[in-house]
Amino acid sequence: MTVYNDDTANDVSVRTPSRLDPETPEKPYLDSNELIINMGPQHPATHGVLRVILKLDGEKVLGTECIIGYLHRGVEKIAENRTYTMFNPYVDRMDYVAAVSNGLGYCEAVEKLMNVEAPPRAKYIRVILTELNRIASHQLWLGTHALDIGAMTPLFYTFRDREEILKIFEKYCGARLTTHAFRIGGCQYETYAGFEKDVKNFLTFVAPKIDEYEELLTTNRIWLERTKNVGVISAADAIALGVTGPVLRASGVKWDLRKAQPYAAYSDFEFDIPIGENGDTYDRYLVRMAEMRQSLRIIEQAVNKIPEGPIMGKVPKVIKPPVGEIYHSIEAPKGELGYFIVSDGSTQPYRLRVRPPSFVNLQALDIMVRGLLVADVIAVIGTIDIVLGEVDR
Amino acid sequence: MPNFVMSYLDPSVTGTPGAAGSQFWALIYVFIIFTGVSVAVMAMNWLERKALAHFQIRLGPMRVGPHGLLQPIADAIKLALKEDIIPAEADQFVFWVAPLIGLLAAFAVYVVIPFGPSQAVSDMNIGILFMLGVSSLGVLGIVVAGWASNSHYPLIGALRSSAQMVSYEVAMGLAVVSAILMTSMNASGTGTLSMIGIVQAQQQQGIWFIFKFFPLGFIAFGIFAIAMVAETNRAPFDMAEAESELTAGYHTEYSGLRWSLFMLAEYAAMISVSAIAITLWLGGWMRPFPNLLHAPAWDFIFSLFPGLTFLGLAAIAFIGTLRMPAHSFFRIQRAGLAAFAAVLGFIALLLLVIAVAGRSADASLAARFNQGIGYVYWFVLKVAVFMYLFIWYRATWPRYRFDQLMRIGWKVMLPIALGVLMLTAIVGVMVS
Repeated sequence: MTVYNDDTANDVSVRTPSRLDPETPEKPYLDSNELIINMGPQHPATHGVLRVILKLDGEKVLGTECIIGYLHRGVEKIAENRTYTMFNPYVDRMDYVAAVSNGLGYCEAVEKLMNVEAPPRAKYIRVILTELNRIASHQLWLGTHALDIGAMTPLFYTFRDREEILKIFEKYCGARLTTHAFRIGGCQYETYAGFEKDVKNFLTFVAPKIDEYEELLTTNRIWLERTKNVGVISAADAIALGVTGPVLRASGVKWDLRKAQPYAAYSDFEFDIPIGENGDTYDRYLVRMAEMRQSLRIIEQAVNKIPEGPIMGKVPKVIKPPVGEIYHSIEAPKGELGYFIVSDGSTQPYRLRVRPPSFVNLQALDIMVRGLLVADVIAVIGTIDIVLGEVDR
Repeated sequence: MPNFVMSYLDPSVTGTPGAAGSQFWALIYVFIIFTGVSVAVMAMNWLERKALAHFQIRLGPMRVGPHGLLQPIADAIKLALKEDIIPAEADQFVFWVAPLIGLLAAFAVYVVIPFGPSQAVSDMNIGILFMLGVSSLGVLGIVVAGWASNSHYPLIGALRSSAQMVSYEVAMGLAVVSAILMTSMNASGTGTLSMIGIVQAQQQQGIWFIFKFFPLGFIAFGIFAIAMVAETNRAPFDMAEAESELTAGYHTEYSGLRWSLFMLAEYAAMISVSAIAITLWLGGWMRPFPNLLHAPAWDFIFSLFPGLTFLGLAAIAFIGTLRMPAHSFFRIQRAGLAAFAAVLGFIALLLLVIAVAGRSADASLAARFNQGIGYVYWFVLKVAVFMYLFIWYRATWPRYRFDQLMRIGWKVMLPIALGVLMLTAIVGVMVS
């Protein structure tokens, strides 16, 4: 018989009460009224290595504290030691379920800094792949979110359909997840023969599948009870916290960078911005489901009128942006993904700062879960749709 | 043994071999049921993984044996060989005892479950009370496990579980009472609490209680069917072990053999509550339409069912053998599946022979065998349907939240159960 000892529990309880709520006086370990629970970094539902310290009264959440950094790789510091071209693949490792969006944001930021523009065909390819990636990201979100709430089956359905997207990526650029699909100034690869057919097939394939997910969940009584009025965040709170993406739109704010400050070729397409009303978990679910359909619309238009022409703009061999700084942001699946780059005129960025949507949205966790139950914390972590690779960078 | 224990086992139908209550046969039945339930749990383990996998467009276990048929055995060996961990801060003795309490409670219920009119360990006159009492002891194992672990997640799981099981027992008990009321709808006007008596009452009245006083019986059955899912901590009421919330709930700190005892107890409890639901509302061991289609020809046709079922299973296994890839890698698996098909086919043959040999209604050995097989077959078939439902629920529904669960238990199910109980009483009095 082996006996193990876990010292970390004591460690947490000693330092958390005061940090969670400075006004509460220090209380002894295992107080009869409040329970301090360490959720993560090894927990099945924290989407990686998020650690949330919960202060509970029975099952009611009195406060939370997120501890992040378990996946910190110093991406921003790495950027300072790499050339602009060399750094390009690193951004894929931040939000690895939406790597294409990361690449798009970075490439466009550097292009803006250098004052070059990608040719139209490259822009269209970018839009198609980015929107495909948005669908993939939302599918992964839906599967894991439903799994957190206890519905196991949607996970497998979404993974089955996401596979088709990954196959297109693989055929296009050889990688499935961390694609490194774009280059500064355009795209490296021309589309493969049959690319448009594949994408169109995917469109007809996935539209009924999205209905299938909705069939399982949208009117499911238990799903409604678990998600309605759970994790409500008002529009004012969301704006104050800098929350963006579907979380913000579900609170009723019609803010989508694809419309607000169009980048790539988004100004050429017609699509709607789905918004919610109550800002609860159910609305965020509906918004993301609608976004998947809108993405299908965008892809369809883009595939149908994709122009011919070069795929690479006039970019020098050695990328050396002029001295200056730039902030460029795009609408990643999770929200506003921004890159702030300071150039000192050399081949390496002087400073590169990423504004990751997951990191900013995660701030809203505390006000969303206060007063709810433990089970809701899981639902809310899922509904914010975080990727720890992006939160920690 | 103390007298009060012996009095329960005391033969009420003395002497008849095989009869419920005979002490000799009680021992044999205990042995059969213990092994039978253990094997059923293993089979259920495989079936759940396979069925769940097919719901989720996966294959499930495929490697250990043909179509993963030996997976439960591999799992059992793995669990038995695993390192035996007791956390340093845990209360060692209680931690050790907790899974045993759960297991004992789950298995003790089988004492009163009748697999046939005489195929039971004991025909207690308070059978259903015994069932309710003993099955609620199962919560003790869970609470004690959560407490002894001295850890947060198990503690929360145990608290959830105790509240959940206690509150659903109320609705469950009231639904049971309305079924018991129905047993008194006979000439003498006396009902019974004996599990065998309840099935016999359904036979005498010529109706399964689920259809009695429609829809009252149906609603009572529905309440029981929901409460029994909550009672066994299965999805969508699996808050006690909610994986995504509490890592594993009350058995977070458990591993290896002790963990497997919890699993064994859970599945045994699932089977036993299904058996009780069947006994109370679905005619227990009775085949469909025993009163309507009671000619010897019908008896014969229905007695062919067990053999035909096994024949069907054998055919499925055999087709599976044929469909296996011809590659030599699958040689052993193919042989194994073929052997499995052969065993099933042999059982089918045996059952068919017994059905043919025992078709006369006399008291010959073959006839008695034939009857007994029929009882057990229909009983197990009904239980299997319930087991499938358990898997189906798990694949389909998200998990309820704890407060919602309690709200449904107290504010919805309890009033409905009370209403059904009163209506059943009123209708019963008016009819008689």
